[in-house]
Amino acid sequence: MSIRGAAYIAGIYEHPGRDLPDKTVWDIHIDVALGALADAGLAMEDVDALFCDGTAGFGVLTLADYFNINPTYVDSTETGGSSYLAHVGHAAAAIAAGKCHVALVTLAGKPKSGWQGPSFSPGPEAAFEQVWGMMGAPHSYALAAQRHMYEFGTTSAQLAEIKVAASIHAQYNPNAFLQKVVTVEEVLNSPMVADPLHRLDCCVVTDGGGALVIVSPEIAKKLGKTNAKILGHGEAVKHTNNGRIDLTHTGAVWSGPKAFAEAGVTVKDINYASIYDSFTITVLQTIEDLGFCEKGKGGTFVADGGLVAPFGKLPFNTDGGGLCNNHPSNRGGITKVIEAVRQLRGEAHPAVQVPNPQIALAHGTGGSLGSRHGSVTLILGQEDA
Amino acid sequence: MSTLPNPAPLVTQANAEFWAATADGRFQLQRCNECDTVLWFPRRHCPSCWTENVSTFDASGKGVIYSFTIIRKGAMLYKDAGPFVVAYVELAEGPRVMTNIVDCDVETVKVGMPVEVVFHDTGQGNALYRFRPAAN
Repeated sequence: MSIRGAAYIAGIYEHPGRDLPDKTVWDIHIDVALGALADAGLAMEDVDALFCDGTAGFGVLTLADYFNINPTYVDSTETGGSSYLAHVGHAAAAIAAGKCHVALVTLAGKPKSGWQGPSFSPGPEAAFEQVWGMMGAPHSYALAAQRHMYEFGTTSAQLAEIKVAASIHAQYNPNAFLQKVVTVEEVLNSPMVADPLHRLDCCVVTDGGGALVIVSPEIAKKLGKTNAKILGHGEAVKHTNNGRIDLTHTGAVWSGPKAFAEAGVTVKDINYASIYDSFTITVLQTIEDLGFCEKGKGGTFVADGGLVAPFGKLPFNTDGGGLCNNHPSNRGGITKVIEAVRQLRGEAHPAVQVPNPQIALAHGTGGSLGSRHGSVTLILGQEDA
Repeated sequence: MSTLPNPAPLVTQANAEFWAATADGRFQLQRCNECDTVLWFPRRHCPSCWTENVSTFDASGKGVIYSFTIIRKGAMLYKDAGPFVVAYVELAEGPRVMTNIVDCDVETVKVGMPVEVVFHDTGQGNALYRFRPAAN
């Protein structure tokens, strides 16, 4: 069984706020749920499936209770920032199996205004990873960047091109946290956080959230929202492999081929891509691993405006991405899906709208490149794709 | 050179033997008696063939730097450490282990550099294994 064409993304909503001290995360969950349902033309009582990550209290139990709805299909898959792309794939599979018809996915968080988020209980690796002063994602992703540079000659200036492209897009997004176009020099001159990653190689820290509504073809047709057909999905966990971690690739080497095969398309068919951009290195490795260029050649691929919409080789993250626009709850997966749907609908900003895109890709990376992460690839298309 | 704090690790049933040995200046690894895989981090089952038939041995304490980062400003216990290095060291026995590189100028650390283990007492009955540039 394939999920190709079995479900549609009919509703999307990205909270416009980036600093929300006066709202609780639960307020934000409701705000984005209502926003996405309104976008779809549906209401809370239409929802029969609920999806959230592992940060929302007791997951779906907390949210179903707070939303006061009675879903009959639930899923709290937790793969960090890639969770929401996994939720889309799982929702499509559930819809294909006849388990549900209207699935709601929500994300909310407030790292900008001080909410600390969940604390997961320590895993068996804790004693061997938590004593060395690794205090945040930049430290871990820096290990991957350093090794990629060593093996392939990737440079800091090439990584900076990714931030530059995101900033070119963000200038058109009035909600973007960073709206100023930056240069390669400005990225390289920003303070070093963890070599080789500078401050401007890192994503923003923002409050906010987003939501998605995934529906069956019958409901999509009634709603008149058929231009984000779910064509393919792949997911994988990349881990330390019994102490043999390979820092030069992501789990996209496994999730990508599965998604492409299910969709029946290749990289040549992709008109737009939302690529998870917690850090510049995340984008570089993912582009290589998905097959947009040869392994190790990502630096050349992103140089000279390769990612700049609408006419670069691979127009990416036209909302400004996590690097400039929004990284709600320190998790950028849901906004990746949202911007891909905007592109397919022709609702991106005119300055960055790809002309008549037929097929879009969204990719999530959650966790750490320096240890273990979840990779999820989605391929979406127009009704006749 | 930075002076690093020596936080005690989270000792559990699964890793108690490993950490106890560090108090004696020994870095131990496990090897699977069925498939010969060297394990990292310590555990009951071989992660290649899932047997419990694994044994412990004293490792060489030698390796090379697989990757590293210089953390320019640490946090919490490391907030006053100054710039310090976190690395993956590929041990001579195969596993790549996360650690700090010490006893050298952080700016001189390179991928591929040969290193050897040193132990820093936590005061809690064990010691952190860190690595320094290998003596010639």
